[in-house]
Amino acid sequence: MRVVSEEILRIENLHVSVAGTPILKGVNLVIHRGEIHALMGRNGAGKSTLANALMGHPAYEITEGKVFYKGEPLEDLDVFERARNGMFLSFQYPASIPGVQVGTFLKKAVASVRDEPPKGRAFRKELTTAMEKLSMEKAVLSRYVNDGFSGGEKKRLEILQMLLLQPQLALLDETDSGLDIDALRIVSQGINEIAVDAGCLVITHYQRLLDLVKPHFVHAMIDGAIVHSGGAELAHELEARGYDWLDVAA
Amino acid sequence: MSDEAQELIGDYQYGFHDPENSTIRFDKGLSEQVVRDISELKNEPEWMTELRVKAYNHFMERAMPEWGNCPMLESIDFESITYFLRSSDQTEKSWDDVPADIKNTFDRLGIPEAEQKWLGGVTAQYESEAVYHSIREDLEEQGVIFLDMDSGLKQYPEIVKKYFGSVIPHSDNKFAALNTAVWSGGSFLYIPKGVSVEMPVQAYFRINAKNMGQFERTLIIADEGSTIHYVEGCTAPSYSTDSLHSAVVELIALEGASIRYSTVQNWSSNVYNLVTKRAHAYKNAVVEWVDGNIGSKLTMKYPSVMLLGEGAHAEVISVAYAGKGQHQDTGAKVHHLASNTTSNILSKSISKNGGRSSYRGLLQVTPRSKGCRSKVVCDALILDGTSRSDTYPTMEIGNPSSDLEHEASVSKVSGDQLFYLMSRGFTEDEAMGLIVNGFFEPFTRELPMEYAVELNKLLELEMEGSIG
Repeated sequence: MRVVSEEILRIENLHVSVAGTPILKGVNLVIHRGEIHALMGRNGAGKSTLANALMGHPAYEITEGKVFYKGEPLEDLDVFERARNGMFLSFQYPASIPGVQVGTFLKKAVASVRDEPPKGRAFRKELTTAMEKLSMEKAVLSRYVNDGFSGGEKKRLEILQMLLLQPQLALLDETDSGLDIDALRIVSQGINEIAVDAGCLVITHYQRLLDLVKPHFVHAMIDGAIVHSGGAELAHELEARGYDWLDVAA
Repeated sequence: MSDEAQELIGDYQYGFHDPENSTIRFDKGLSEQVVRDISELKNEPEWMTELRVKAYNHFMERAMPEWGNCPMLESIDFESITYFLRSSDQTEKSWDDVPADIKNTFDRLGIPEAEQKWLGGVTAQYESEAVYHSIREDLEEQGVIFLDMDSGLKQYPEIVKKYFGSVIPHSDNKFAALNTAVWSGGSFLYIPKGVSVEMPVQAYFRINAKNMGQFERTLIIADEGSTIHYVEGCTAPSYSTDSLHSAVVELIALEGASIRYSTVQNWSSNVYNLVTKRAHAYKNAVVEWVDGNIGSKLTMKYPSVMLLGEGAHAEVISVAYAGKGQHQDTGAKVHHLASNTTSNILSKSISKNGGRSSYRGLLQVTPRSKGCRSKVVCDALILDGTSRSDTYPTMEIGNPSSDLEHEASVSKVSGDQLFYLMSRGFTEDEAMGLIVNGFFEPFTRELPMEYAVELNKLLELEMEGSIG
């Protein structure tokens, strides 16, 4: 029996447009601390739009509805304030920042999000521990952020950032794409570690991630709205049957 | 003396110069008499006096360059400039006269107050001269001569006479003529055969009164097989009420020698910075210019290398940052005058708030120079819609046996990069600062650590409020 804990995210009738085109058409979703929610759906259904809109991407315009993060209206917060208040987005396609070393970037990011800036030695230890968990080589630290990284390397770096930033709401946008099975297992351990104390929204097409990161709730998104929700078994059903049966149901 | 300076200097007490108490101050404006007076005051040999006069006459006859930024050049009022100042005159200025934004930047960069006053042109800083002299003592043990140019002329007149103006003759351009006529200060450096100077030699700890005049003249001769890395400049804004800075830097790398000359300059936005820098590289010699230009109203500077002997190599890495009302017209020139010579040019520029950056480059391979290789890369980053970047590359290739590459790119900071960084807790300005520092990184990593750190900090400050 799970005890329902603190509400982290409440989405009410969210409508989002990109360049004037409506993409999300009335999304409702509530996530509590300690819950893992999986969001599934076809390409173009609006899953990434939801993640980007929640993080505050300026190209995603909220035209209707409300979002509350830890009980406060999200719209009042700028992107960096969302991050500093514990929101994290693991990007489907992380941007590269040429000339900025991963080590410098991580230290500055952690310093910007935490109240206390990280101390040199303590931070190095923390960093080493997190990198070992993700089987990452030290050499990554002197490379430029995502510059020339393979798909798998980028995703690992996203999860490393998540471990260091310790978010309370983690939005994971197709973090499993581009990962082989070993990498997937490693990355999943990272997600599970964070998920204990955070709310997680995991966007994926595949059951194989959900075998490792067990969702409490699974949502099917079609044409910008969540049309069906269920437990972990729904993911199996979606993988087996696709989404057409829901189209009819909707 | 500050504690910090004391710590650096230790017990060394002999390097101090007493303030020169001369009250000599020249009237504004230039004439043959002013040129002769400067030379006489410095007690120079006759050949230098005559060279100055010849250069003065050439300056008067010579037309303004017809490129760069002509309207800005035409607006220089040569009559309103004082062409010679004793350093003691500088103390007559008041700290209150230094603009508030410059003082503010000093504070943000964490520069000690004494140094701030020097940078603001309020006092001459004798502490740093002392450090300069103690470094000099170490070099002397290796037989290296490191003097200010005026002392160099007094103590080594034969060497100076042989090389002065041999790379950049007074007739090279209007501003080289002006510098030759009225030069003062700058460095004279001679590295004997086979001597390798491990530490970068700095013109001053951070700054040195004698070395940073308006018309400084620097001459570096690296004898056969020697190695030197010379660093000049500082990242703090150099405030000057005198609006014209026109330096000449001549480098001579003899057979197998290696010279790296690194500069970071940040002039206040009223300064015309018109500098001629050129090197001669003999057989198997290497010359590297590492040149950073921030600030000023107009900078026109194209470090150049003449590859005179087989196997010589030139490297020019430069960055320019043009903010509001500023034009950075910078670049590089490499002349492949011998076979099997190689060169790399990397130029990076950032334009912001209506600033303009221009890359102006010349790559020449003469018909007789076979098997040369060169790579030119120009990257421009434009931060807003009101700023501008131009590229003016010229290639004169005299034979088909050379291998040349040229790449140019103009880019804008992408919204995705900003969003990515902001989603990690960086404000928009901080995100912009990171991206800009990253863009300059191929340059910054070539600098000594303290300069790199300061440059990054400065760029971050520049990014504050850059997005409206």
